Amino acid sequence: MARAAVPGRLNWLVATLAESRDETATARTLVFDVPGWPGHLAGQHVDVKLTAEDGYSVQRSYSIASAPDGARLELTVQTIADGEVSPYLTEVLEPGDPLELRGPIGYWFVWRPESPAPVLLVAGGSGVVPLMAMIRARAAAGSKVPLRLIYSVRTPADAIYAPELSERAVASTLDVTYLYTRTAPPGGRTGRISADVVAAAAWTPADKPEIFICGPTGFVEAAAALLVDAGHDPSVIKTERFGPTS
Amino acid sequence: MSVISRGFSGRRRPGGDRLPPGQYLERGFPVLSAGPTPPVNTATWKFTITTEAGETARRWDWREFTALPAERITKDIHCVTKWSKFDTQWRGVSLDTLLDGVATNAGYVMARSYGGYTTNLPLADLRDGKAWVAYEYDGKPLPPEHGGPARLLVPHLYFWKSAKWVTGLDLMTHDRHGFWEELGYHDYGDPWREQRYQGD
Repeated sequence: MARAAVPGRLNWLVATLAESRDETATARTLVFDVPGWPGHLAGQHVDVKLTAEDGYSVQRSYSIASAPDGARLELTVQTIADGEVSPYLTEVLEPGDPLELRGPIGYWFVWRPESPAPVLLVAGGSGVVPLMAMIRARAAAGSKVPLRLIYSVRTPADAIYAPELSERAVASTLDVTYLYTRTAPPGGRTGRISADVVAAAAWTPADKPEIFICGPTGFVEAAAALLVDAGHDPSVIKTERFGPTS
Repeated sequence: MSVISRGFSGRRRPGGDRLPPGQYLERGFPVLSAGPTPPVNTATWKFTITTEAGETARRWDWREFTALPAERITKDIHCVTKWSKFDTQWRGVSLDTLLDGVATNAGYVMARSYGGYTTNLPLADLRDGKAWVAYEYDGKPLPPEHGGPARLLVPHLYFWKSAKWVTGLDLMTHDRHGFWEELGYHDYGDPWREQRYQGD
């Protein structure tokens, strides 16, 4: 296990929304300026705090979507229709609005640019967000390690970052395999993660990959079990649940 | 000094005073694990208490363990990732029963799990009816993804202290970091003092 220097106390910082953009009908990327941001590793997350005028306050965790970039930080938020925090972030928050956040948090589910191993990323739904940070960080660092992404979504319209993934797949050693669980694109087939998918799209244990899986619980449990069954060492498989957060 | 979020009113709920600061109420039971769920077979399962001198003080196999006096436990639980769940129901063996008669001067404990997970706690937090090794949840055998066949249950601390797939306790004279504690999470983890990360 990496014994990285873990910084001391995590103070709340004031982040200001610089801009935002839709990724899908329900996912929106928020770009913040965070003076004092200490930097982060791909795969880490932040705690976000909202405070109402009467002092009532709530917190949620969101994965960082962007590669390290000074005081800039991107979060991609999946809107939960009846949620308390996510609709505020995606529908109410406007450029110039401040909020409090602290981080980076999580020194386990991280990819480090100096790592020489090939990388397998397995994403279910919005679980792709911290994995996208890894894809971006690899490009930003000029790393040439080959990278494979297996990305399970309900329908093509639910795929976050699809145009960027296509561009990066052309420009670098990134392979993307989509699984469509409900509706496939014309001419395609629906399917779920399976031993056949793992055999066709993952690395073999002999390739000694680093493996990161992120998504809803059932997806993560299924994918991790399939990879262990395929002979991968459980200790190289890092998992993170990324359920929608209300 | 808090930053007021323009246009945010939030959703106050009844029972809000049962929620520690920064937590929200969850109806489901989310799963958080650092890696794959390890296969744990009750035919070979063992639970061991090791003293600070490295000697085995107690050891049970599954049959012996489940024959120990068990208690029904109903507690609120609080995960550091912000969700809390009220009135979770468990069945398991009190740590008072497991530690009964174990001679030790240790102040701390490292809980060890199948799959390699560890977490550190003060020994005092495992005594006096505050902690259990639980093997039933909601009247059924504890599912593997929730730590089955048996997990530590220390509901007054953030839930990462309630080690899944637990297989032993190492008594320690000096505190050491467990898995998440080494990675920046708090050594104690009191939800009511919001001790999420080192330095909180």
